[in-house]
Amino acid sequence: MGRTILHSDVNCFYASVEHLHHPELEGKPIAVGGDPESRHGIILTADYIAKKHGVKTGMALWQAKQVCPELTFIAPRMDLYLRFSRMAHEIYGDYTDLQEPYGIDESWLDVSASASVKGDGEKIAKEISNRMKKELGITVSIGISYNKIFAKLGSDYKKPDAITTMYENEFQTKAWDLPVSDLLYVGRSTHQKLARFGIKSIGDLARTDEKMLNLQLGKMGSILWAFANGYDNSPVKIENTHAPIKSVGNSTTTPRDLLTDEDVKIVLYMLSESVASRLRKNGFRCRVVEISVRDNELYSFTRQHKIMNATNITGEIAEEAYRIFKENYTWHKPIRSIGVRGADLVTDDYWEQIDLFCSMEKREKLMKMDEAMDELRRRFGYFCVQRGIMYQDKILSTLDAESTHTVHPHGYFG
Amino acid sequence: MESSKVYVDVNATFSKDGRLIPKSFIWTDGHQYEIQMVKDVCRAASRKAGGVGIRYTCIIDGRESHLYYEDNNMWFVEGK
Repeated sequence: MGRTILHSDVNCFYASVEHLHHPELEGKPIAVGGDPESRHGIILTADYIAKKHGVKTGMALWQAKQVCPELTFIAPRMDLYLRFSRMAHEIYGDYTDLQEPYGIDESWLDVSASASVKGDGEKIAKEISNRMKKELGITVSIGISYNKIFAKLGSDYKKPDAITTMYENEFQTKAWDLPVSDLLYVGRSTHQKLARFGIKSIGDLARTDEKMLNLQLGKMGSILWAFANGYDNSPVKIENTHAPIKSVGNSTTTPRDLLTDEDVKIVLYMLSESVASRLRKNGFRCRVVEISVRDNELYSFTRQHKIMNATNITGEIAEEAYRIFKENYTWHKPIRSIGVRGADLVTDDYWEQIDLFCSMEKREKLMKMDEAMDELRRRFGYFCVQRGIMYQDKILSTLDAESTHTVHPHGYFG
Repeated sequence: MESSKVYVDVNATFSKDGRLIPKSFIWTDGHQYEIQMVKDVCRAASRKAGGVGIRYTCIIDGRESHLYYEDNNMWFVEGK
């Protein structure tokens, strides 16, 4: 028997939650975006009224104000959205234990086994949709299909507050007409490549010779071809199978664009301080350092590197982050936002081979210094002790990265 | 529409089996209202007040009204 997979997507998640908490703004356009004062100025989510006026995610606040003058900006409250995300997962949990979150506001649910108790896919979808409205005051779009890819296409098919089926006997009429860029993993560059071969719709992709796609796009070509034809067997991962914390990261949109290596170094050190201190607080060390960079045209990339010894020393993480940055950026454009992440975490009592040429004594001193810094900051506030480099630029270094750390949904911009 | 979320002081009890039941609350004017009965408990969103919580459908002075326990551990009612 085929599977029944749901993909549930909360409509304009941040904006919907804010609408609920601001009844006085009902019927008026709102957008959730950073603090306009310190120029953290991009739109994270706009509601449907604002979108109708042409407000888009990623726009600068001033641009949005131009296309929609009556727009109200609301500063994001990540903890509130995480709470709502958790409550949504509790509702999903009543229907299946097989749920795989995709970002903060989307989730795949495999409800195949619940059919006898809870009814078929459509009945469950309707129930979830109603409960979301009643219990959380937000709406969802749900796609129902026999695989994850088409379920996601279904949830994108009609918005807001809609349920779309994408069954085996209908995907050729529904999914195949959609532009190929709607397919998961068809990003900007893949889209351009496909366009060169005249592949515009998902149907075009499905009817293209797999060998040709493989030749042009490599392994991904075959995968996309399989997606388009509905040959996606990837399972919905069981909740709670991954470690509680996979990585600890911090990113920030800086108060001004970064123009020089020195600027980047200041911000990387600041972010690394936060990442390292959070690792220490939770008793972790990381074995991989990753940086993410986004330039002022919102083009972004990430690079990571495995390090020799697991660490939670601020200096080591920062130096590694800076080294990766130097290796990978040529300064063709100023940088808008930058992030540091420690991944592949191990616990504090992890043992490993010590490198013959690195001084353990020095490392232990660094650890003690970090500990002392943590303690000072705990008692007298974050800015009571600073690194010398922070005095190079007072504006960039005023960010207290740890207390304002942002949560980046995984794979959201990917 | 003006926001009509009113946070209130609540007296509540915990039963042996771990249930939280509100007994009375104090309105903004200082008047204490007894909750005669709790008819229903469920999670619900309040569009009027703007918030989400465990909604207690209470009978107060013979009339039905809603008391919400928000997950920030505060109680609110929908104002007039």
